[in-house]
Amino acid sequence: MATNQPSVLYKSEIPFYRDERVLKAIAQIVSAALIIAAVVWAVLNFLKAAEARSMTLTFDFLKEAAGFPISNPPIEYEPSMTFGRAFLVGLVNTLLVSVFGVIGATLLGTLIALARLSSNWLLSRIALAYIEFHRNIPLLVLLFIWYFTVFAQLPQVADSIVWPGPIYISKRGFYLTWPRLTETGMPFVILLGIGILAASIVYIVLRRRREITGKETYYFPISVGLLIFFPLIGWFLSGGTPLWLDVPVLDGFNYQGGLRFTPEFTALFVGLTMYTAAFIAEVVRAGIQAVDRGQIEAARAVGLSTIQVLSLVIIPQALRVIIPPMISQYLNLTKNSSLALAVGFQELFSVGKIAINQAGRAVPVFALVMITYLTMSLLTSFVLNIYNRRIQFVTR
Amino acid sequence: MFRKLFPVFAVLVSLALLTAACSSGSEAPVVIETVIVTVEVPVVAATAGRGEILNRVIERGKLICGGRTDLTGFGYLDENGRNIGFDIDLCRAVAAAVLGDPEAIEVVPLTAADRGPVLQTAEVDMLSRNLTWTTSRDAQWGNFTTVMFYDGQGFMIRKDSGITSTDEFDGATVCVTSGTTTEQNLADFFRQNNMTYEAVIFEETAAVYSAYEEGRCDITTSDKSQLASVRSGFANPDDHIILDITISKEPLTPAVPHGDDAWFDIVKEVMYALINAEELGVTQANVEEMKSSENINVLRLLGQEGDWGYSDLGLDAEALANAIAAVGNYGEIYNRYMGPDGIAFTLPRGPNDLWSNGGLMYAPPVK
Repeated sequence: MATNQPSVLYKSEIPFYRDERVLKAIAQIVSAALIIAAVVWAVLNFLKAAEARSMTLTFDFLKEAAGFPISNPPIEYEPSMTFGRAFLVGLVNTLLVSVFGVIGATLLGTLIALARLSSNWLLSRIALAYIEFHRNIPLLVLLFIWYFTVFAQLPQVADSIVWPGPIYISKRGFYLTWPRLTETGMPFVILLGIGILAASIVYIVLRRRREITGKETYYFPISVGLLIFFPLIGWFLSGGTPLWLDVPVLDGFNYQGGLRFTPEFTALFVGLTMYTAAFIAEVVRAGIQAVDRGQIEAARAVGLSTIQVLSLVIIPQALRVIIPPMISQYLNLTKNSSLALAVGFQELFSVGKIAINQAGRAVPVFALVMITYLTMSLLTSFVLNIYNRRIQFVTR
Repeated sequence: MFRKLFPVFAVLVSLALLTAACSSGSEAPVVIETVIVTVEVPVVAATAGRGEILNRVIERGKLICGGRTDLTGFGYLDENGRNIGFDIDLCRAVAAAVLGDPEAIEVVPLTAADRGPVLQTAEVDMLSRNLTWTTSRDAQWGNFTTVMFYDGQGFMIRKDSGITSTDEFDGATVCVTSGTTTEQNLADFFRQNNMTYEAVIFEETAAVYSAYEEGRCDITTSDKSQLASVRSGFANPDDHIILDITISKEPLTPAVPHGDDAWFDIVKEVMYALINAEELGVTQANVEEMKSSENINVLRLLGQEGDWGYSDLGLDAEALANAIAAVGNYGEIYNRYMGPDGIAFTLPRGPNDLWSNGGLMYAPPVK
């Protein structure tokens, strides 16, 4: 490289069109200008077109009454409420299905990865078949299969399948018997919370002390004791009946009461979870296989048990490889939830599509939907990236 | 690093220079200046100014019509895959009037929720997709021509459900299409009657009715004509009944994009011609012989005597005669699909009869 030479000499010897620094600068300026020009052109053109079509680009309509229904809103919603409220309902639905989906897909994906790595030939092949099936069929098709060929084929309400619980399963969804708080149940919930908090603090503190001092602190029995003690007090404070069982009862057209999962939510949740689990399984498998065999052999050699090998050697090292692609799988799941539109689950995007139609404001609505997804994704990856940084090797 | 990327940059730079069409000076400032000039060149958006849509249609040689392919009677496909239906025939009439060829149409299938944006951005020349005319849609989406089908919202239920009136609807599950007036009317109806319901909402009309037929819902609701159409396609049509109640006004009206008054007038003119033709007894079969009719109104309609605004709109004198020859008059279109011998289903004309027969179909005179 010529950069070691004195700059005066360098300048005089090399014409500017062969000077790397000049060319670099020109390339930068030209590409920047082109990009800016393209963006400016697009925005101006858009504004001009919007004006010519007298399209309103404000968000004022969010305060107007929405006028359309939303099926089974998770938070209170009436058609007389505003478009803003309708969006909120959609957002809550998106978050619900995403959170459940992420948890479900992670658990299922890990299980499948372990099955795939199993030395049991049959188990390993079944896992392989599962992964290949789900990775090679479009999610939309899977959702349709779940909704129209599985959940829509369940029996009519009157002939519901009854599972112990009782759980009623029909075309109208899954009705679970569910414990709910009685009027006097509040002390129980508060003390249950205190119990969990106290138990975890005691567990961490005493365990750490044992590590430092080397003396047995009986952290496990003490924390379990706390976990039982506090809720027990709460139980008596609530007069012995903090909870009651909400049993679904067939009344009129549908079952009433109980905890209900609609076929739309279930189809989306099952479809998303099973689809993403296939990808997560491959991520987890790659992570586990990335751990050097020598590490496992060394761990066995020093006498660690199988569980210890897994929890102290394999998982910490595998996580480094697993987390980054896992983040993108989580984001994919969240974004894919917008396919709910096809199976009648009303999350952010389907509420957005209805609002476009009912309010006639395509551009602001799309902008709002995009910004919401963007914020959600960026927040998720921000939080997970912090976690990722913590588990990486510290380089010295 | 830069060494490796140098060829890429070199190509980029030379491309930029080429695009900028610079003479010989390869200095950077010139390139930038040229780019800025590009920005300043006004690129006018493809809006619909007066007469533009007609020019566009003639240039293209075909009419782009927003419609549907999934609703028997209104917009569907025959066994040869040809677009047919009441709404589609209205498009064909316009194509015949403007281009002289009823086959010169391209039907773009749209979901209910897509209709508005597509019309707003003038992606279709006309929208004929059992679209309800409402004040807000008129203000936001486009210009509504004239009501071609008076409809109202009804409810369809299973016969074995034992329901006889809407008073028994409390707590029911209702399947409905998203982005429709139906959806809003449904909400209003249950609210006004203080009843609760569970809505199951799909964007695809097909999904709505398959969910209803599968038993996901107790009730499905839509315009009565649509319910009749859908029921005719069910495995057992007789298992379902459409309740004898109408909860809304649904004037189904073809619409055109905002901004082109001439095109708006042309489409209206064609719609009026179809109605006037029925009133004057001009049919697809007799349109040629009617050109030498004794009735002066018939001669005016068929462009045999005088120019009644046709040339102002850029139409041939016989444009309307061509439209009638292509699809028949209003009554013929109606009966083809929904009349007593209709190929789709049978629905009494009711308000869709001519005003002279006690209906609401009424068109301004050709004068």
